[in-house]
Amino acid sequence: MAAQTRPKRPIRWHVGVFLAPAVLVYTAIMILPLAGTLQLSLFRNVEQHQVFVGFDNFRTLFGDPNWSVNFWNALRNNVWFFIIHMLVQNPIGVLLAALLSSPRLRFAVFYRTAIFVPTILSFVIVGFAWKLILSPLWGVAPHLMDFVGLKSLFTPWLGKEQYALTALSLVSVWQFVGIPMMLIYAALLSIPEEVIEAAECDGITGMAQFWKIKLPLILPSIGIISILTFVGNFNAFDLIYTAQGALAGPNYSTDILGTFLYRAFFGFQLQVGDPNMGAAIATMMFLIILGGVCVYLFLVQTRLRRYQF
Amino acid sequence: MSTATRSLPRTIGAHAVLLTYTAIALFPVILVIMNSFKSRAGIFGAPLTPPTPKTFDLIGYTTVIGQGDFIHYFQNSLVVTVASLFFVLLFGAMAAFALSEYRFRGNTLMGLYLALGIMIPIRLGTVAILQLMVASGLVNTLTSLILVYTAQGLPLAIFILSEFMKQVSDDLKNAGRIDGLSEYTIFFRLVLPLVRPSMATVAVFTMIPIWNDLWFPLILAPSEETKTVTLGAQLFLGQFVTNWNAILAALSLAILPVLILYVIFSRQLIRGITSGAVK
Repeated sequence: MAAQTRPKRPIRWHVGVFLAPAVLVYTAIMILPLAGTLQLSLFRNVEQHQVFVGFDNFRTLFGDPNWSVNFWNALRNNVWFFIIHMLVQNPIGVLLAALLSSPRLRFAVFYRTAIFVPTILSFVIVGFAWKLILSPLWGVAPHLMDFVGLKSLFTPWLGKEQYALTALSLVSVWQFVGIPMMLIYAALLSIPEEVIEAAECDGITGMAQFWKIKLPLILPSIGIISILTFVGNFNAFDLIYTAQGALAGPNYSTDILGTFLYRAFFGFQLQVGDPNMGAAIATMMFLIILGGVCVYLFLVQTRLRRYQF
Repeated sequence: MSTATRSLPRTIGAHAVLLTYTAIALFPVILVIMNSFKSRAGIFGAPLTPPTPKTFDLIGYTTVIGQGDFIHYFQNSLVVTVASLFFVLLFGAMAAFALSEYRFRGNTLMGLYLALGIMIPIRLGTVAILQLMVASGLVNTLTSLILVYTAQGLPLAIFILSEFMKQVSDDLKNAGRIDGLSEYTIFFRLVLPLVRPSMATVAVFTMIPIWNDLWFPLILAPSEETKTVTLGAQLFLGQFVTNWNAILAALSLAILPVLILYVIFSRQLIRGITSGAVK
């Protein structure tokens, strides 16, 4: 239809005027630098000149023990970080949303508002506040554990290699549980009354109703939450940096791709910054995130569509 | 039927779970604010009790206000957030209008191109962004931050706003056209006021990550002149590791403005999320 009407119309300059500012800023500050970063990862600085080296930087990243040990460590940690979010944050979010959406629940607004508070705080506040709480110096955590008789289980989690990453992941879960809660809550509210009434007529109530009726209907939202979690986690940096510094201590046990990129790009202490290696790491993060998004778009979303109204 | 599903034990159970989680969510915030009003002895002696006349002390706040240039950092954050927000909303609404109102060749493709940034974080382009800012002499200026945050906020803003603009009635716009209004007048006078509620939602979504961001201030504008509150607080906390009064007071000062804004705008924010704006 557009093709038929085109000859009659003059050039519509206003369409261009409306689009231009957004497209210009977006292209100049976001798309071109992204492309530039991908390109930089194929070059190396030799005597002040950028020389094309193909995939050499990636070979260094995967093969040279100076880099690869850190890279695989950061990737492994990042995967664990993501697994904890999927296993803890999203189920808790779904549970809270299911409880909040029960009809005629009192104080629902209060609960909803309060549980979302950590999400609006900055990483700096969250990282530091938890650092203080978990600090053996202050003794708040052991004190609280004493109430429930678990004081003997307390250790300075953030200072121990085997616990630090899990502890920080749980802090991040604490901060972001509000997002899955809100999105699932919205999805639950949008389920038509008739569906629920039909289920009740068939005698499906309570837990069975949740598992058999509501859960399948909110699967698309769970899919979206999963991909948002994935992108957010593989892009995370701030919390680790605030709580453990750029070295992601103790002994790199909390190092994730974001902190690894920061150190590679800017250098830290004895290490000299290397923009090309930084770009190579950013490219890997880009490919990982792109892979996740593609899996979501082509495999998950097309299957979930069927359940939508 | 509904009485059967609303049995008393079930309601009590729901409240118990929600109350427990609310306590977990609020506990660290309350703990930090409470202890910021105590003396050092009070902080370590009885961390879990509210300040009593005996332990009440404002020493932390006097240290923070004396040491850090927080008013200045606060101004920087405010300038960056407000300016980025303005550009995201203006440019985003304009582009969303073009995409949802006009049929032109490449419309869908343009929509997809602009939506790319929702999923791919701008952070991955940092290496080239820094080079770009160095080349254009914008390092250590607030302008660089405003540019980056505008680009960062645009994709989601365009996506959400074009959904809402599709709902504005065609009859109204066509009536305007028959009355001889230009396309610009139709956009600014007719459409923008009608989508104001969704603009507020987008504003809240855009604002929180900008205000809280640490990465770009750290990389693009770490100078004393251009520090934002988040970066300033981070460096301050690093310096005063052993001065617990100062740390707790600085944390409280960083929490309170956000908390107050949140209490004012929470209805707007939650309505925005639950109206299905983000699908």
